[in-house]
Amino acid sequence: MSTTEHASARKMLAPRVETKTRSAPLWAVRGEISRRAYIGFALTGLIVPLLAWWALSLSGLVDPTFMPGPGAVVHRLASWWTDDGLADDICISVYRVVGGWALSAVFALPLGLLIGTFRPVQALLEPLTDFIRYMPAVAFIPLVMLWIGIDEGSKIAIIFIGTFFQMVLMIAENVRAVPIAQIEAALTMGATREEMIRLVIFPSSRPAIVDTLRITMGWAWTYLVVAELVAANSGLGYAILKAQRYLQTDRIFGGILLIGLIGLLIDQAFRLVHRLCFGKWMAKR
Amino acid sequence: MINSSSKISIERVSKYFGRGSDQVRALANIELDVQENEFVTLVGASGCGKSTLLRILSGLETIDEGAIRVDGQSIDGPGVDRAMVFQHYSLYPWLTVRQNIQFSRRLKTNRRDLSSSAVEVASGRADALLRLMGLTHVADAYPNQLSGGMQQRVAIARALQGKPSILLMDEPFGALDAQTREVMHDLILHVHALEKSTIVFVTHDVEEAIYLGHRVVLMAPRPGRIDTIYDVPLPAVRNPEMKLAPEFTALKREILARIRETSGMKTDLEMLEQLTRTAA
Repeated sequence: MSTTEHASARKMLAPRVETKTRSAPLWAVRGEISRRAYIGFALTGLIVPLLAWWALSLSGLVDPTFMPGPGAVVHRLASWWTDDGLADDICISVYRVVGGWALSAVFALPLGLLIGTFRPVQALLEPLTDFIRYMPAVAFIPLVMLWIGIDEGSKIAIIFIGTFFQMVLMIAENVRAVPIAQIEAALTMGATREEMIRLVIFPSSRPAIVDTLRITMGWAWTYLVVAELVAANSGLGYAILKAQRYLQTDRIFGGILLIGLIGLLIDQAFRLVHRLCFGKWMAKR
Repeated sequence: MINSSSKISIERVSKYFGRGSDQVRALANIELDVQENEFVTLVGASGCGKSTLLRILSGLETIDEGAIRVDGQSIDGPGVDRAMVFQHYSLYPWLTVRQNIQFSRRLKTNRRDLSSSAVEVASGRADALLRLMGLTHVADAYPNQLSGGMQQRVAIARALQGKPSILLMDEPFGALDAQTREVMHDLILHVHALEKSTIVFVTHDVEEAIYLGHRVVLMAPRPGRIDTIYDVPLPAVRNPEMKLAPEFTALKREILARIRETSGMKTDLEMLEQLTRTAA
């Protein structure tokens, strides 16, 4: 009620203060900026490093063997695509990352829900998970090779080890963030434990869980190179490792940039899904 | 002391928090009878256990000693006969206003022996509640799109959906601005007259407690206990003018003074004075 009053008061004052509102402070603490300003800053943040890189390589200050210019990298990516099966490398890497990540999600979702909902499950599993997640995924490579072998399964397993334990804890945290009043309201309405999880806790934590899945997808990609250390003969990570042997720094640059780009696209896809699924009811008035 | 005809009877109820040397007596020997269709408000300084007592009535908290009876039956956990309205964050933001109000219909307890005519009655009731609460035009909106006052209307409508005989309200208007709160006061009085439910209402606002209640129960902390029960000397049908009546302001002054006396704030003040003396 008071907000409508404010709104009408602002409207009445509008003609006089217009010139002032035009120059909304850009650097206000936690302030809002226009969409145009946002895009402008975002593009600046992306283009300036690119230009700096380009200028540095043109200046001749660094040996192109160590730091190839953008032109050389683009050239290498083009020939990689036409002659060296870049598309196959991308496909197999996406398959491994998404496979390992999806396997994590399949187990982490129910476990996270249980840990976040029931204290005994939390006591049983959380300290253990906390302990394991500090173990370096790379160190599991010899074991994984012994247990699973050297085919696709082992690459997926490494990515699984790298993401699963973090994912469980984050989902448990998402579940614990459900406001207790939502849970107690359902209790007073007579909800059973099963109904509580299915009708309150899961739907309420969905947006946060999708965010967790998005963030852990990023982590899964960082384990790709590690996973492709294991007897791989294809994939972006493998290509980067192999390029090191032949001092093909342009290929290393290209591979790294490509992984970044794919990650960015997947991230944006997650954000889109988030907006489409939850935007309607999460938006404040 | 025990009145078999009362709607709610609280008999020598005690509640402890923590254990060992850290144990705190949150409630000590609470005795209170609430009559059918009565509107009782609970006030008191923070830590007096008024919210704990309400949560015990709702079944969200257990008791360590004593007994609670509703219609002569001792209670065991939450029940659909006792609905609760929380201060905030209790609505389901992913459901529309109408879906929130009808949430209880998704639960097995309320579905068990529901014929199709009963379902019709329930949706008719949801429509009636939407109208009663002035929510018809936002029935398909989501809670986040509503103001705080409108959100609390939804919460009240949801609590009323199952026709509970007891309505428990835990500072339901505590987060609202003063103007909205006044509107809500008359709305809840209207609901009480219409639904004939028994209401137990916790608040920290003495004026609210007097304006709404037939009786104001003043609680005191350390240990949480009932200090005084005041009968409100106002006609059954209230209007905002009454807040200016001399008997209203007199009672308000009396209750405020008693809260100050029992809150322990005076001893804090004495301690502060002592500190400043020693410093000087």
